[in-house]
Parts: sequence; C-alpha cells; structure tokens
Amino acid sequence: MNKVSRSALRKKSMWVKLSFPIMFCVTAFMLYPFVYSIVLSLYSHKGLNETFVGLGNYVKMFKDLTFLKALGNNFLFLIIQVPIMLIFGLFFAYILQTDNLKCKGFFRMAIFLPCVTSLVAYSLVFRTMFQFDGLINQLLMQFHLISAPIPWLSSRGWARALVIFALCWRWTGYNAMYYIAGLQNIPRDILESARMDGCNPAQAFFKIVVPQLKQVIVFTSVTSTIGTLQLFDEITTLTQGGPANGTMTVSYYIYKQSFEMGNNFGYSAAMSWVIVLIIAVLSLIQLRVTREED
Amino acid sequence: MGKTKKRLSRALIYFVLILASFVSIFPCYWMFASAFNSTEEIVGGRILPSTHLIENFKNLFETYPIAQGLLNSLKIALIVVAASLLVTSLAAYGFEKFSTRASEKAYTIILLGMMVPFTALVVPLYRTMANLGLANSHWAVILPAVGSIFLLFFFRQSFKSIPNEILESARIDGAGELRIFFQIVFPSMRATYAAAAIYAFMTAWNNYMWPMVVLSAPSKKTIILLVSKIITSGYYPDYGVQMAGLLIATIPIAVIFLVLQRSFVDGITGSVKG
Repeated sequence: MNKVSRSALRKKSMWVKLSFPIMFCVTAFMLYPFVYSIVLSLYSHKGLNETFVGLGNYVKMFKDLTFLKALGNNFLFLIIQVPIMLIFGLFFAYILQTDNLKCKGFFRMAIFLPCVTSLVAYSLVFRTMFQFDGLINQLLMQFHLISAPIPWLSSRGWARALVIFALCWRWTGYNAMYYIAGLQNIPRDILESARMDGCNPAQAFFKIVVPQLKQVIVFTSVTSTIGTLQLFDEITTLTQGGPANGTMTVSYYIYKQSFEMGNNFGYSAAMSWVIVLIIAVLSLIQLRVTREED
Repeated sequence: MGKTKKRLSRALIYFVLILASFVSIFPCYWMFASAFNSTEEIVGGRILPSTHLIENFKNLFETYPIAQGLLNSLKIALIVVAASLLVTSLAAYGFEKFSTRASEKAYTIILLGMMVPFTALVVPLYRTMANLGLANSHWAVILPAVGSIFLLFFFRQSFKSIPNEILESARIDGAGELRIFFQIVFPSMRATYAAAAIYAFMTAWNNYMWPMVVLSAPSKKTIILLVSKIITSGYYPDYGVQMAGLLIATIPIAVIFLVLQRSFVDGITGSVKG
C-alpha cells in the first residue's frame, strides 16, 4: 500500500522534473524580460542617464506621429494581407488534394518553395527585382503592360503593395501546409458521399472542408496576425520603412529607437506594450469566437 | 454537358496551379541564375545564367568573412536543434502523460507565452544579456531559442497518439521513465522529431532581428547578417556578389527541407490530428 502510494506520488510530480528545463528557459528568457520591460517603460533613457518618468512614455507615444503612422501601417498590412494569404493558402491546399491530379508532387513542392527561403534573402531578391530600372519593370515594359516604369520602392502606395505581395509570396505556402495536414484528417468517405449527393466542389469546400478545418484556420489566423503585428525582417531589408515612413512598422521603429537613433530603451519598451496589448485582445476575441461555435 | 464543364474546371485548376508555381519558383530561380551573372548582366535584365559564378564567389569571399559566418550559423543552428528538441519534447511528454490539475495550469500559462511578441522582449533581453556579459556571444542567441513554446505545443499534440498501454506495460516490466522516453517514445515519433528539427533549424538559421541586436563583432555574425549588409555597403551595389551570397545563405536550408519534406508534412499531420 505504502509502496503504491509512493510510486503514485512520484508519478504525480514527474511532470515537474520533465518540464523543469523549459520552465527555467521560459522564466529566464521570457517571463523575466517581459516583467522587466514594464519597469523599463517607466524610465526615459538618454545616453547613460536614466530618469523616472512614470507613464510619460505612454503619453509621449500618442503624440509621436511616426509611431502612430507605424501602428497604422501594421494594421493596414494586417487587414489586407492576412485574409488574402489565408484564402489563397486554403484554396491551394484544397485543389492540391484533387483526385488524380497530375504532377501533384511538383505543384506541392513549388507552392512550398518560398517558405524555405530566409526572410532576408527573399526580401533582398524582391528589392533587386523591383528596382525602378529592375527586372520586373523591364519585363512589364517589354510586354507593353505599362508605359512607364512603376516606382515600386519610391511611392508609398506601390511600396505598401509590394510589401503585401512579398508577404503573400513568402507565407501562403507555409499556411497551405497546415491546411493540407488538416485536410488529410477529413475522412474521404464524407467528401465522397457529398459528391454522390450532387454536391459540387465549391459547395463541398464551404460546407464540409471549412467547418472541419476550423481549428486549423483559427490557429493560422492567430499566428499570422501575431506575425504581421511584429513585421520586421521584410521591412528592414525591402523598404527600410520608406518612402517617408510609408511602410514603417512598430517593430522596426522600436528597433530604430533602441539601437540606431540613440538608446531610448524605456520609450521602446513602452511602445512594445501597445503591441502586447493588441495581440492579447485579438487573441482573446479569436478564442471567444471558437469557443462559442463549439 | 456535365463532362465538358468538368473538363473545363480541370483545365482551370491546372492553369491556376501552373501560374502559382511560376510565381513561386521564379524569384528563387532568378536568385540562382543571377549568382552566375555579372552586375551589368543583372541590371541589363538577363534571366539565363552566364559564366561569372566563380568571379562572384571570389569577390564575395574576399570582401566578407563568409566562411566564418557559415560556421557561426551552423554552430548556432545545430546546438539550438539538439537542445530545443530535447528540452521541449521531454517537457511535452511530462505534460501529456503525467497530467495533473497543476500541470495543466502551468501548461496553459506557458502557452500564453506564445502570444508574447518578440518585439516586446528585445530591449529587456538585450539589457539582461549585456548584464550577464553575454552580449556578442553566440550563447545570447542560442539560450532564448532553446525553450521554444511552439515546439512544446507541437510535441504534446503528437504525443497524444502514443497509447498509454504501451508505456504502462513498459513500466510494469520495470523500465524507468527516461528509458521509456528514449527507447519507446523517441523511436516511434521519428517523423515528429524530423519536422521539429527542420522547424528549429530553419528558425535558428534565418533568425535576424535578435542576432543583429546582440552580435556586433564581425567575427561573430551569422551568414544572414553578413548577407543582409551586402546591399547597404557601397553606393553601387554589386548585385552579382549579392546574389551569390544569398545563394550560399539559402542552400543549406533548402537542401534540408527538400530532403526531409515528406516527413515534415507527415510530422505536422500527426500533430494536427491531436
């Protein structure tokens, strides 16, 4: 009896031992810096000087036009890019599952290929291709699709469109991969019997596939939303926030404030908390939505 | 009528897939081809590879510490893969197979960490690493990457498919928990581990913001950091050299991914099933 209860007790505490290393990592490199950033956000830094300013940084940022612009850009990218990308991802995942599709392996590989590239590498390739005298303008002119070269990187509207296009190029296949994995779990006979009942592929898609994939769709939209709110790598290499801060994002602005335009760590920490709060709110809404429908 | 319609929609599917494949592949192809071209040829709009590959590589290796950068990236990525797979899968096994009310609470709190944007951690983490004397050390890049919450979640979802009976019978036979883990769980979850390894390797290899912040000494920089600077150095960018650099930075992950692609999709499938 004694022996049984002792082994039960040992079993009960087993998870603590097994998860100790990750608990340590999460505490040291996430929880602690997370709390530390609250403290930091209450100070203002100029050079090595540190002055307590209370909520001063939080007041300051809502008068900082660059910050507000960056926040607006983040939302613009989020609202346009995430839905386009997820719809394309779902669409490609679905048609890649079509029965006796020829060259399925090739198409799948082709659509996944972009997500193998490093963010810096593909952004640089895009930057070079979309120069004013670059390949894309040359080709478009040659095929008489445009009469004058498009200022991809020097006009605000085109630069934003380019960022959105680049993000879709890089991340559609990544999301499609999750959908393909999810689609493989939908029993084939459900789709089969739907077809027998005269359901066309579009109906099958909206009535069966989308509801079955709901969990995966929620997961991908949460991760894509968080990713877009933290947009940094692409902006740094593709547009450097330009022209005239037209593609500046909060992450890039935070980086600049902390490591390029002086070391105003406190102000950066305060700005990052806005992103934290937005992500928390969006995640809660998304959680609530899935819970309600279950 | 139904048949023509079906044939038409088939043709449309192929058309869309071919177009999408072209858009996907072209930038990658162009990067590859341009590594063979001189800057003049690239600016002139040449799409086919020419004969300047060796010249580009020579210039690249002479101007930038590329070999050192590759070694640094490889060292960081391999340590991160080994350490994070061990740490996260052990914890996932603990959370999944020794679940208690307290463990579920701890797990939920850890998962909430997935929502914490790295942007919010950069500044305090930088100051922490600087205080620990780890600024400019590869450990500053490696340590925060080990406790990957995404991998913890991924492993736990996959471990749900391991039948408890097998573990129980091994326990009755007197096997210790670690032995069960390494001799039963690990071998039966190969696809999951392969997928996790690709994910961890790619994330570590491609990591940009944090290494840029914390590694300032040229000899410590990763290949991605070196390559990202090619465009901004000099008024007239040498596109040929730049493309050769991008090729070198991309090839390792492309090879790993394409070789293990099958098990990557299998691994994700196993996890989504949960």
